[in-house]
Amino acid sequence: MTGWASFVAMVAAGLALLFGLPMVFDLFGLLQMTVFVAMAVLALSQGFIWGYGGVMSFGQTAFFGLGGYTYAVAVLNMGDSTVPVLLSVLVPTLFAALLGYFMFYGRISDAYIGVITLTVTVILFNVVNSTAGDFYTIGNAALGGFNGMPSVPPLNVPGDPSSPLDPEQTWYAAMGALILVYVLLRMILASRFGRVVVAIRENETRAQLLGYDTRLYKLVVFAIGGGIAGLGGCLYTNWGSFISPTVFGLAASAQVLIYVLVGGLGTLLGPILGAFGIQYLISLIGTQEAVNANLVLGAILVVFVLLVPQGVVPVVRGLFRRVPNGRRGRVAEAAVVEP
Amino acid sequence: MTAPLLEAQGVTMRFGGVTAVNSVNFALREMELRCLIGPNGAGKSTFFKMLTGQLRPSAGRILLRGRDITGAEPYRIARLGVGIKTQVPNVFDGLSVQENVFVAAARRGSASQARRITAATLERLRLTAIAGRLVGQLAHGQRQWVEVATVLAQEPELVLLDEPAAGMTHEEVLRTAELIREINQTHALIVVEHDMQFIRMIARTVTVFNQGSILVEDDVERVLANAAVRDVYLGKQAA
Repeated sequence: MTGWASFVAMVAAGLALLFGLPMVFDLFGLLQMTVFVAMAVLALSQGFIWGYGGVMSFGQTAFFGLGGYTYAVAVLNMGDSTVPVLLSVLVPTLFAALLGYFMFYGRISDAYIGVITLTVTVILFNVVNSTAGDFYTIGNAALGGFNGMPSVPPLNVPGDPSSPLDPEQTWYAAMGALILVYVLLRMILASRFGRVVVAIRENETRAQLLGYDTRLYKLVVFAIGGGIAGLGGCLYTNWGSFISPTVFGLAASAQVLIYVLVGGLGTLLGPILGAFGIQYLISLIGTQEAVNANLVLGAILVVFVLLVPQGVVPVVRGLFRRVPNGRRGRVAEAAVVEP
Repeated sequence: MTAPLLEAQGVTMRFGGVTAVNSVNFALREMELRCLIGPNGAGKSTFFKMLTGQLRPSAGRILLRGRDITGAEPYRIARLGVGIKTQVPNVFDGLSVQENVFVAAARRGSASQARRITAATLERLRLTAIAGRLVGQLAHGQRQWVEVATVLAQEPELVLLDEPAAGMTHEEVLRTAELIREINQTHALIVVEHDMQFIRMIARTVTVFNQGSILVEDDVERVLANAAVRDVYLGKQAA
């Protein structure tokens, strides 16, 4: 498939799910799909910065949680959800840009970027965890410490706080946001900027010797990833009308890495499918009491790293596509996103 | 007399207690083709890394058309018009040949201009037939060509080639020599090479490095006849 054909097919599939699932699922099923979508947006942010930008963030949940908390605090103060949604993208973007500035311009090596991002999400967990009590309120919003923030108002029709979205409408908003993020990332990757980003992943020294300021490119990629993760956090908070510090936890940040590894690093479809698949599995495990979900997740990770290191999507693509020169799956999507 | 294109003044690079390059003075005229030779560890590649900003000299200055570029970021030096093919090929292994060259051509100008430069460069280096192949799957010699193509596609004023003929077949070496003469019609070049036959094919002026310093700098025939040069490096090969 050429770039355009795969792009159109993916968007068509997304739209089919957007309008089809409300007919197939009952309310409970649709609610579950909505939270899967929020996790898929988070997974896309991780897949973008890691699989294409080559930036290994162990703490993408920092931006996810920050987006969720930003939305909660802002909407509790403002009432109308329009500006809070924008803030839930903007604040994590700026935070990621600031953090990225110190990491990339400070010439921190790749391994330490993993360490720093992991530490940042743990710090945020501890900070937010210790905000119990009346002292820690921002305007009308009490941060609530470990208990989190309950009764967060849902999304409403833009500009009209008296018309909150019902769960079905929230599904449309969430799935629509996922499709938009996917389209945005495909456009970025097809642009000259995106090609340079992938080139930097392949060989940063060469990119520098060709005259590209690789620090700036990585910073922009990291900031975009932060904003997308923040949007995921906003959707997540909306889904349950609730957010708590566990979103910053190590278990959550590890889970995102598993989505991406299982689905396929270096693809956009992979992280989305990984998020849906793993989340579905966890919810299945939750209905029985024989095995622990984290045990299963760990086992899946080990099996994939040993047996299917490229992840599901590249392997399936390799089976379906007869490629004369044996293109590696890892770069298949990068190679086909020509505009 | 016009100012040199590139000038190194007392350039020194120390790694801990080891002095890899010791107060080297070097000047390259516009459009000049210069060969650097010397035994392993003489400091040639370290010198190249300082010229391109990959290493910051411990002492000394590097001037490009009179402009001080000592210790500048590699991307800035590249933008001023210095392109380098490194000793170990630095290419984008996961991208196709065409994408490699496109990324190099796309830094400035419009997309259509970049595509035009890409097509012309692929044609010039006879890479058009393998334009769709992944660079990581090519033979060593071909990957070197791809790297040279990326260097040319960025349209530099000064081309640095670190061992361009290493690991190539005889035909490829001949073609490389031809290409270097061709590039030299429009660009200045510095070529590091070990292959003496290759040096004879292309060189006019040769600079010999030994133990971090310039041993001798002269016309190619006189350098190859120089007894001191033979002692440190050439041995029986040039006799």
